[in-house]
Amino acid sequence: MPVDIYLNVAVGGILTGLVYGLMALGLSVIFGVVRVVNFAHGEMMTMAMYIAVTLFGAFHLDPLTMMVPIAAVMFAFGYLLQVRLINPFVTRPEYMQFLLLVAVAIIIINSLLIIYGPDARNVQTSYSYDSFQIGPLIVDATKLYAGIAAVVVAALLFGFFRYTRQGTAIRACADNYTGALVVGLDVKHLYALTFGVGAACVGAAGTMLLLIFDVTPSAGPAYTLLAFVIVITGGLGSMVGALIGGVLIGFTEAMAGLLFSPSAKSMFAFAILVLVLLFRPQGIMGKRTA
Amino acid sequence: MSAILSVDNVSKRFRGLVAVDRLSFEIEEGSIFAVIGPNGAGKTTLFNMIAGVFAPDSGTITFAGERVDGLSSDQICRRGVGRTFQIVRPFPGLSVEDNVIVGALLHERRVPEARARAHEVLRQLDLYDKRLQRASALTLPDRKRLEVARALATAPKLLLLDEVMAGLRPTETDRMVAILKQLNRESGLTILLIEHVMRAVMALAGRVLVMHHGAAIAQGAPAEVVRDRAVIDSYLGAEAISA
Amino acid sequence: MIARLIADIPPRGLALFGALLVALIAAPIFAGDYLLTVLIVILYFAYVGQAWNIMMGFVGQLSLGHALYVGLGSYIAAALFVRFGVGPWWGLVVAVPLAAAVGACIGFLAFRFRVAGVYFAILTIAFAEFARVGFDHLQWTGGSGGLFLPVTQYSYNDVWRLRGHPVMFYYILLAATALAFVLCRALLQSRVGYFWRAIREDEEAARSAGIDTFHYKMLAVVISAAMTSFAGVIYAFYYNNLFPEQVFHILRSIEIILGPIVGGVGTLFGPILGAFLLTGLAETLTAALAALGIDLPGAKQVFYGICLLLVVTALPEGVWPWLSRRIGLTERKT
Repeated sequence: MPVDIYLNVAVGGILTGLVYGLMALGLSVIFGVVRVVNFAHGEMMTMAMYIAVTLFGAFHLDPLTMMVPIAAVMFAFGYLLQVRLINPFVTRPEYMQFLLLVAVAIIIINSLLIIYGPDARNVQTSYSYDSFQIGPLIVDATKLYAGIAAVVVAALLFGFFRYTRQGTAIRACADNYTGALVVGLDVKHLYALTFGVGAACVGAAGTMLLLIFDVTPSAGPAYTLLAFVIVITGGLGSMVGALIGGVLIGFTEAMAGLLFSPSAKSMFAFAILVLVLLFRPQGIMGKRTA
Repeated sequence: MSAILSVDNVSKRFRGLVAVDRLSFEIEEGSIFAVIGPNGAGKTTLFNMIAGVFAPDSGTITFAGERVDGLSSDQICRRGVGRTFQIVRPFPGLSVEDNVIVGALLHERRVPEARARAHEVLRQLDLYDKRLQRASALTLPDRKRLEVARALATAPKLLLLDEVMAGLRPTETDRMVAILKQLNRESGLTILLIEHVMRAVMALAGRVLVMHHGAAIAQGAPAEVVRDRAVIDSYLGAEAISA
Repeated sequence: MIARLIADIPPRGLALFGALLVALIAAPIFAGDYLLTVLIVILYFAYVGQAWNIMMGFVGQLSLGHALYVGLGSYIAAALFVRFGVGPWWGLVVAVPLAAAVGACIGFLAFRFRVAGVYFAILTIAFAEFARVGFDHLQWTGGSGGLFLPVTQYSYNDVWRLRGHPVMFYYILLAATALAFVLCRALLQSRVGYFWRAIREDEEAARSAGIDTFHYKMLAVVISAAMTSFAGVIYAFYYNNLFPEQVFHILRSIEIILGPIVGGVGTLFGPILGAFLLTGLAETLTAALAALGIDLPGAKQVFYGICLLLVVTALPEGVWPWLSRRIGLTERKT
């Protein structure tokens, strides 16, 4: 096969990987700060995707332009979820948190099934079949836009955590829970804020992903797992790691799809996960030992 | 009397910090040996190496004639070393009785026999009446005794006690001291304890090792050690001698 | 030995269990076809829930990939039957050790490399997903198109080849559930059971008491995997069709854990009670909706999700501990 095809697929994979990275970033933020294992992460993303599908169907609004409102809606959802349901579980054993979020996931998946039915939905924008020629490369317009959007949102997120007061407060919470309390930070609110930010992240990622993939009600678990693979591979607690992990997985997926068969993609992601869990559990950019 | 435990030139460092620095000492079988020293002196690190939580970087540890450095904690327990933890760790969801049965099952293969042995130990530790209570419901002194009971049930030749008196009132301390003395006297159990409570050290120990910055600064009979200049300066303070 | 098994169970408890057993044995006589199928599903989950409970409830290892063992049992027995005409009971002889071996591999990898807690759960998910995608590509077992068992007749019950009326499957699953119950009770009372519970409570402390935690955790994983694969064999011969997408799906794994969690993780009767409660109530819900003329695929699962949510937030120990205290039985949580 000519080199061009490999390059095109690779670039496509990297761009998609950036969106995966954004999705994983949301999980990393949630787990890194609130220390809750968000098993409903993928489901939150499918929720956002379905909202985008509905808005597109009703008003023909491009998902990317809807990104901000949808992210806002997801933020509110995440905030409320944390404050109302999850907060008491922060101090409970991990498996209890896991199960709580499994319950939330089940409810979301099947509610979506009831509302939208089992068939796949997608969004056909005016540029769905466009592509750009950059030198020898042919890049899908959808993937290019999605990738750029992902980088922009990720940069905004970094900025938020680095430079704003709230962001710094959240990082303080993550570092030292008791210390944060002692200093007078409203930890409960900050946790909810973090969860909201994570949900907004995943919501934004969802709108981008909708440009590339279809959505079904039961697509959630696969994305949740993907997010976990990325976060673990990239390194728990490392935001840069999440992006690097995302790109790596996106790239591997795309190449595996090309070299072997499209449906074998996830096998490689899982193979990577197993290897990382066994040999380098702290991930590529690994910071603390969890 | 032969040495049941022999620590020879043992060192351990964590990244840049030397936690234990070429430490050597021997414990005679049937004696009670105390390790004291300021916080951060390396006592618990030493303990953890003997108990098998991690291996020393250099040096050897010999127990009952066999080299044990590098063995895992369960392997070391099976060879006859029982231990308690600085922050008490009984099995919270199990009853007092079941906690000790777990220990007894190491050598008693069948549950009825293990239960009988567990009851014996519970009586020795004065916990028999509480045997059906959940471990998590006990007070701190009781939980400490429970940990000792669990360790004893494994029929150890050497018992490692990590600050077992911490948090106990003087009367409770005396009670624990009396129990330990009795165990040592009646069954010849060798005891190695880390302790800050000097009252207990003076009452129990036949020999004392003082650690500071990972190294031994004094070793000998309690009365001598507490008068050692270096020990007073680094740890005890002049007032402690009268305790 | 029976004396030891029933020691310190209050006579009322024994009577209740006895009554339940008798009722279940007699049930097919009174139950219609529909109710019989519901009972079969209940018993299936009661059995599989107990197998899972060994890993989680007794030893504290959260497995979210148990569908892997069901799937292996199903596919191995079914493939042997379809390709070589090997009967299911011989198929068991092959499937169970194989599933146990896979469990041992996962256990070995996890425990040697200190993968614990949530990471362990994710690892189990990964392996099940691996199998799902793998079997999708395995042409020898039909790939994604599925594997179909020839259905020859329903008229008489051929236990040897598991061809026949659902009532045959009912009694097999009932026997399996009852035997599993007895086995779990015996295990818990034994030396193994004490060591398991110690590991569940505090693995480090358990090691300090001389327990070879690696060995005992492996034992739990292997027993759990082996027991679960038996259910897989029954599943294959009852439904007569297998699709990797369904059999190995993570939602199957989640269904398996719902019963024990709702009923009470770590208890003996919890998984059984949970299966009855969940499936029973879910079927009632579906029937009620149908009576109202509403057909909502997914309504049952939303119900499961809500149940799980309620149990996890309000009754984390599960329904059985609460219930047994109410009816004066107090089976102390292990």
